[in-house]
Amino acid sequence: MNKQLTCIECPMGCLIEVEVENGAVKSVKGNTCLRGKMYAENEVICPLRVVTSTVKTVSGKMVSVKTDKPVRKSEIFEVMKKINSLTLDRNVVIGDVILANIDRDANLVATQNYND
Amino acid sequence: MKENYDIVIIGGGPAGLAAAVSAYDNGAKNILILEREPRLGGILNQCIHNGFGLTRFKESLSGPEYAYRFIKEVEARDIDVLLNTTVLSLEDNKTITAINSEYGVFSITPKAVILSMGCRERSRGALNIPGSRPAGIYSAGTAQKYVNIKGYLPGKRVVILGSGDIGLIMARRMTLEGAKVLAVCEIMPYSSGLRRNIEQCLNDFNIPLYLNHTITKIEGTSRVTGVVVSKVDENKQPIEGTEMHFDCDTVLFSVGLIPENELTKGAGIEQSRNTRGAVVYQNRETMIDGIFACGNVLQVHDLVDFVSEESEIAGACAANYVLNGRQEHNPISCINGDNISYVLPQKIDKNIPGNVKLFFRVRNTFKHCKIVVESNGVVLQEKKKLICVPGEMETVILSSDVIAKAEGDIVVRLEC
Ligand code: SF4
Repeated sequence: MNKQLTCIECPMGCLIEVEVENGAVKSVKGNTCLRGKMYAENEVICPLRVVTSTVKTVSGKMVSVKTDKPVRKSEIFEVMKKINSLTLDRNVVIGDVILANIDRDANLVATQNYND
Repeated sequence: MKENYDIVIIGGGPAGLAAAVSAYDNGAKNILILEREPRLGGILNQCIHNGFGLTRFKESLSGPEYAYRFIKEVEARDIDVLLNTTVLSLEDNKTITAINSEYGVFSITPKAVILSMGCRERSRGALNIPGSRPAGIYSAGTAQKYVNIKGYLPGKRVVILGSGDIGLIMARRMTLEGAKVLAVCEIMPYSSGLRRNIEQCLNDFNIPLYLNHTITKIEGTSRVTGVVVSKVDENKQPIEGTEMHFDCDTVLFSVGLIPENELTKGAGIEQSRNTRGAVVYQNRETMIDGIFACGNVLQVHDLVDFVSEESEIAGACAANYVLNGRQEHNPISCINGDNISYVLPQKIDKNIPGNVKLFFRVRNTFKHCKIVVESNGVVLQEKKKLICVPGEMETVILSSDVIAKAEGDIVVRLEC
């Protein structure tokens, strides 16, 4: 079975064709670089996405966050539920882990310094 | 704040930050950034999604992370910054009048000025739609500010007009926060957004994209209650009988960006009708000596990485102007020919050594085409392209040898 994909790894947006046989990737065509190959291989087996959002703080300000690894696409709304249940009560700098293992081994990290 | 500055930069977003660092590293030492908001970083602060910096840093950063890379560089240098400061006017003698709560209204006349005010959202699309003016109508960028900075959701059931990247990003963002995005309508037969954003912002969440469609009516008196969406013909006129109705409480507009050039206009700086930004030489100097412009105030870029690159040119050249004084210009024009909507820089100064990278956009989608650069009917350079789309800026690099060969104006055209 062949699957057509649009690679989302960079703004080129290459159109990739993946050949899948018995649940395993047989060939990947159309990608310009290795990132695209990896993306396509994941996408047909278990699609992954980085989630970016904001976490509220006790001061009412919002701090931007992301998952430091892509999470399972099927779990995005679970991840969002966890993000929205948090209230940050400490200062953070970019890269600080706000919630570990939000989905498997992906952590939620700050993408903004917060200093109240 | 000091009495005198060599360079004053108007706007502390990605363009202003990169220009400041580059000006400093090229020898200018007396630099001030004026920023309207309470923090540096500009629009990147509300662009919390990732995908920034792939070209420059070879990694996918969120907007605030990308901005911080440059803020750190500014902080590591002796560069002055005034936040919460609004520039009221700029004169052709480079006098800047600004206001803030610390100094009141004040004026500075630096040796060089860099314009880096960025762009704003086009709102014109809103004006042609019949119906009352209820609450619940926002530009996509305003909605982005509400959600990402203020932390509240402006609506629950949303229809988006225009498929520019900010609209697509907001479709996903509002969906993640629990809103239902019913439709994205695009009047053109193609989306001006990046393919990856159609994929990860719409397709991931089964949000329908209606090409060749527009909103023809907004309903509701105090709050939006619904919209009518119609298909359009090839002249962009709504086709009767194609109306679809959506119950919604929110409408977002994402219908393009225009350079923010009130100050530029006020100073009497020549502007291009095509880019709606200043006319510049390849060093990003405007037609007024010592006033430079860079980033989205000059041309709306697709990627912030390119804004940084352009701003570094402006910063370095402003430093050169301050250190070495004004140089004589020997300009030829760069003109957009067939199928090209604009070319930047609009002027090439033959006295400035080095290669020149031309930036331009095509008017339509073209496949298997050729970009031709010519002067006086003589072809200087050609570049074959598999595909060109209006949403993606194109570039051609002209070597100094090629520029020397140009006898008259340079024309860039696309041949099919
Ligand atoms: S395959 Fe490589 S070049 Fe193409 S979109 Fe993916 S990451 Fe970008």
